[in-house]
Amino acid sequence: MIKLINVYKEFPRSGLALKNVSFHLRKGEFAFLTGPSGAGKTTVLQVIHMAERPTDGEVRVSGFSSRRIRRRDIPKLRRRVGMVFQNFRLLRDRTTAENLAFALEVTGARRSEIKGKVQRLLAQVGLAARAGAYPEELSGGEQQRIAIARALIHDPVVLLADEPMGNLDERAARSVFELIRDINASGTAVLMATHDLDLVRRYSQYRVIELTEGAIVYDSGNSDGVP
Amino acid sequence: MAYHSVREAIAALRRAPGLAILSATSIGLSLFVLGIFGVVAYNLEVTLQAVERRVEVVAYLRDDISAAQLEVLQNDVSSFPEVENVSHVSKFEAMRNAIQQLEEFHDVFTDLEMNPLPASLEVQLRPDFRDPTSVARVAELIALYPFVEDVRYGREWVDKIYQLRRLGGAVAAILGIAFAVVAILIIGTTVRMAVLARREEIAIMRLVGATDGFIRRPFLLEGFITGLGGGLLALLLTYAAFLAVDGSLIDLEWVPASWASGGTLAGGLLGLAASGAALRRHLTTYG
Repeated sequence: MIKLINVYKEFPRSGLALKNVSFHLRKGEFAFLTGPSGAGKTTVLQVIHMAERPTDGEVRVSGFSSRRIRRRDIPKLRRRVGMVFQNFRLLRDRTTAENLAFALEVTGARRSEIKGKVQRLLAQVGLAARAGAYPEELSGGEQQRIAIARALIHDPVVLLADEPMGNLDERAARSVFELIRDINASGTAVLMATHDLDLVRRYSQYRVIELTEGAIVYDSGNSDGVP
Repeated sequence: MAYHSVREAIAALRRAPGLAILSATSIGLSLFVLGIFGVVAYNLEVTLQAVERRVEVVAYLRDDISAAQLEVLQNDVSSFPEVENVSHVSKFEAMRNAIQQLEEFHDVFTDLEMNPLPASLEVQLRPDFRDPTSVARVAELIALYPFVEDVRYGREWVDKIYQLRRLGGAVAAILGIAFAVVAILIIGTTVRMAVLARREEIAIMRLVGATDGFIRRPFLLEGFITGLGGGLLALLLTYAAFLAVDGSLIDLEWVPASWASGGTLAGGLLGLAASGAALRRHLTTYG
């Protein structure tokens, strides 16, 4: 479903960010992407989201290839790949419900379907009662839940999470992680970048892909022959 | 889709009215300079046209011209493509005009035993043929008729008017383009500021899979509305400046309605184009 094949990514100023990265994330799989700061975790997520194109190699996501995808098809890919960040990235001048509705409106959803879908997603992330609250009125954990709801709005096949609990206290972090696990349990694959090794050890049943200086140094789930 | 664009554009203007007012004011002031230039250019044009309307070829006729020859000449000259109007001034009318126009020689004229003034044809040219070459050509053609004594058309001042018009046209074009470029640069910078102020919103649109077209539309509409506001402001300021100057310093004519409405609409289109350019740059820079 997501395949990185010998991916290199070089930035003009900072140099080589990814070196010969290859892995295959299967449908419904949960994988941690670990490694120290600057190891290339965020760049891996960006090449999957096609916010960055590989300098060499190929990224395949749900039928799209980084080698062949046209600029106008990238929005279609992004509707199949949900993404959340450490800093939530909610629009501060819109309510919780408006933040979710916005993601539907800008992708051309019909007005009749927006309200129902927003309510369903708010219920799914446990924030149905906070529909009218602005982001600054929510706790960090609640804001991340809204960001996750927004990432799920187009029923993606995979959720990419870039240090989603990095800004949260322990209790909020646990609750957000449980939500992400629930989402995975319902069939959505998850690729979660984190440098929280305690979390990775605690959930040792999940696959771990470890990066150091842009290269994969360990992959607990590389068993299907991808080089 | 259209509903979303209109709603988002209006909501954006209401969310940040300060920025919208700043943008419209900056567009308005840029176009105000163009507006002032437009009024000056228009009045120069009107003045030149008034002078040019007086360009005419006068053919003085021999005294022995017959009525039939006169009719042939009139018909021929009227059929020249350059000619707008031909009028015949008889010897009697020439004398009457002379007496009226040159009152100080009234006694001299009335004491004459015979009328020495010739009859003439006054030939007015169409606006497109008032240049020195066309005027000279018409004069030469008329002079070919044997019953035409002499042809006059004020060669020197026709040449000067024509040079003045060409110089005026060139200066107007250069200044107009320079002012328009400055206006476009200021408008572009202003709109770019507005786009940068909303870069997070654009980033989120891209994050959730909005197409470039969908991202652009509300911004383009917002740019058009802001530009139109700036255009209206420029129109008001230009008209106020016109009222302040007209009659007190110099007599001016207000520009035609098509210029005023065209200028205002140009504000909207400039806002639209500047938004489009700023977004295009933004969308390609932040892939």
